[in-house]
Amino acid sequence: MSNSPASRGRFGVHGGQYIPETLMNAVLELEEAYDRYKNDPAFNAELEDLFNGYAGRPSLLYLAKNMTADLGGAKVYLKREDLNHTGAHKINNVLGQALLAKRMGKTRLIAETGAGQHGVATATAAALMGMECVVYMGVEDMERQALNVYRMRLLGAEVRGVSAGTGTLKDAVSETFREWTTRIDDTHYCLGSVMGPHPFPTIVRDFQAVISRESRAQILAAEGRLPDAVLACVGGGSNAIGSFYHYIGDEGVRLIGCEAAGRGIDTWETAATISTGRLGIFHGMKSYFCQDEYGQIAPVYSISAGLDYPGVGPEHAWLHDTGRGEYVAVTDDEAVDAFEYLSRTEGVIPAIESAHAVAQAIKLAPTMRSDQIIIVTLSGRGDKDVAAIARYRGEDLHE
Amino acid sequence: MNKHAGSTIADAFAQSPNGKAFIPFITAGDPTLEVTERLVVAMAEAGADLIELGVPFSDPTAEGPVIQDANLRALRNRVTTDDVFAMVGRVREAGCDVPLVIMTYANVVFSYGIERFAARQAELGMGGVILPDVPFEEKAEFSETFARYGLDVVSLIAPTSHERIRAIAAEATGFVYIVSSLGVTGVRSQITTDIGAMVRLVREANPSVPCAVGFGISTPEAAARMAAVSDGAIVGSALVRMIGELGEDCVGPVADAVRAMAAAVHSTDNGDGGVCP
Repeated sequence: MSNSPASRGRFGVHGGQYIPETLMNAVLELEEAYDRYKNDPAFNAELEDLFNGYAGRPSLLYLAKNMTADLGGAKVYLKREDLNHTGAHKINNVLGQALLAKRMGKTRLIAETGAGQHGVATATAAALMGMECVVYMGVEDMERQALNVYRMRLLGAEVRGVSAGTGTLKDAVSETFREWTTRIDDTHYCLGSVMGPHPFPTIVRDFQAVISRESRAQILAAEGRLPDAVLACVGGGSNAIGSFYHYIGDEGVRLIGCEAAGRGIDTWETAATISTGRLGIFHGMKSYFCQDEYGQIAPVYSISAGLDYPGVGPEHAWLHDTGRGEYVAVTDDEAVDAFEYLSRTEGVIPAIESAHAVAQAIKLAPTMRSDQIIIVTLSGRGDKDVAAIARYRGEDLHE
Repeated sequence: MNKHAGSTIADAFAQSPNGKAFIPFITAGDPTLEVTERLVVAMAEAGADLIELGVPFSDPTAEGPVIQDANLRALRNRVTTDDVFAMVGRVREAGCDVPLVIMTYANVVFSYGIERFAARQAELGMGGVILPDVPFEEKAEFSETFARYGLDVVSLIAPTSHERIRAIAAEATGFVYIVSSLGVTGVRSQITTDIGAMVRLVREANPSVPCAVGFGISTPEAAARMAAVSDGAIVGSALVRMIGELGEDCVGPVADAVRAMAAAVHSTDNGDGGVCP
């Protein structure tokens, strides 16, 4: 009946390309370029050089001895993405996309940012590669993450505040898509998570998969076996899919994504998409979204600006549907406790986003045997969150 | 519910004095649904051939600031999809059978249920939907259901569509919405795209489907210029801005603006870009 080409980039029913016609040729061009370069030895060698020679990879797989002893169960390893240049996993994706954009002849990067980590990473890559950079950030988030705003400007990027809607990450994504429709020829949208229209969820996943490629080799070298569980926090889900990817075929490895429950999944102040959302279509993809009965996207909440997003990447939605992935919700209180716990116990201050995964590890490890192993991805470092956590604890501390 | 009288999108073009349609857009529920109801009737009387009724969405990613704000105003009034359908029912009961098409986002239709949405539109004698976040590749998910109810899912083409135009036009029904410019909706001082060339590509692929031009048109002159090289002109932001500024008092002025633009479109001859006989 229809001669339409098949909808592309599906993970089960999820994914697809729900975007304005104006952008279709841009994403098709991106898909074609990615297909050309993803197996190109010169491209991959250059990316590997950037990973290892600029971003400081491979990141450590660190045995958290104190935490393991304190929790009295499974052995806990931390995959230290917080030690990357710019302090988070975001740089992995950004270096890949910036390199790809360069190959495509683009001279300008635009990006959305929530906590500011992806914006800082994009501004960094743009500075390194001599590209122009504009970052869109919700005004609410600019307030919460003022230092990152200054950091981006220091790196030569322009930061544009987005006051539409809730002034947070989803509005920054919408505005970046709008901006992209006005200027496509010289501009690449460097999307920060495994979301949006195909091919973004696949491209971002492939660049972040370096996390599990390394951790798999590292755990085999250290323990001679695979872990029993891998834990990571999930907003859009890029560090989680990167942490899970090379274990998806290993049925014995539990993959546990930790969503932000905010004040609780029984409240409206939550960002736990898989726990509370429904199937929908938004930001270019079919997936689960927090929304009302008429499909209006919900104004989500989490203490963490990086997890404060009403949707989740389509591959996570599919891992949830198939039961391969487990998705749990972690509250603000639990995440803040974990933030403090890891700081005290291991001398490692995690990003508040990553603290959601640490919180789940604190619950899970004691229920496991001492010969079992869990890997928790520390997606970023917590320096950016210290003032906000202090205020959460009632201190009158400002940056 | 009994099926109301109404008209298809094709009727909108066929019934126009010169085969060219003037198509105003307003957001339902801005400033209130009661005003929207009066606006629909007034715009129909003022010569609108087809009315694009926006069902508000929380995150209208294809819209510029003017229509974004209208969506937020409507949602602050807690206007729902069911409320909009009920309002259309009242318009039909009042005897107004102007062709109506809903412009909204994929999630509004998907969340309501594609089948249920189409059935409701058919009952109300509406023409179908325009979904700016559903491109050619994803259209079948919606259009196969809508077609069973005799409704159209309008196809859009943009200045970046190039070689895609032929395939999109070949499957287009209702009309082809030509996006005049890059970017989002909003008033523009100038449209630089070669609209005539886009229209010719559509016609080569599908001689029977009309083309109407939208994005950036705000004056009777601009509407006439666009209608001269196509089959119609769509005006949204310029009217929505008036509604935003005038609130409850907008009905008369908006009808006057529609009357002027509809008259300009209806007095248009085919320009060099037109291929109508």
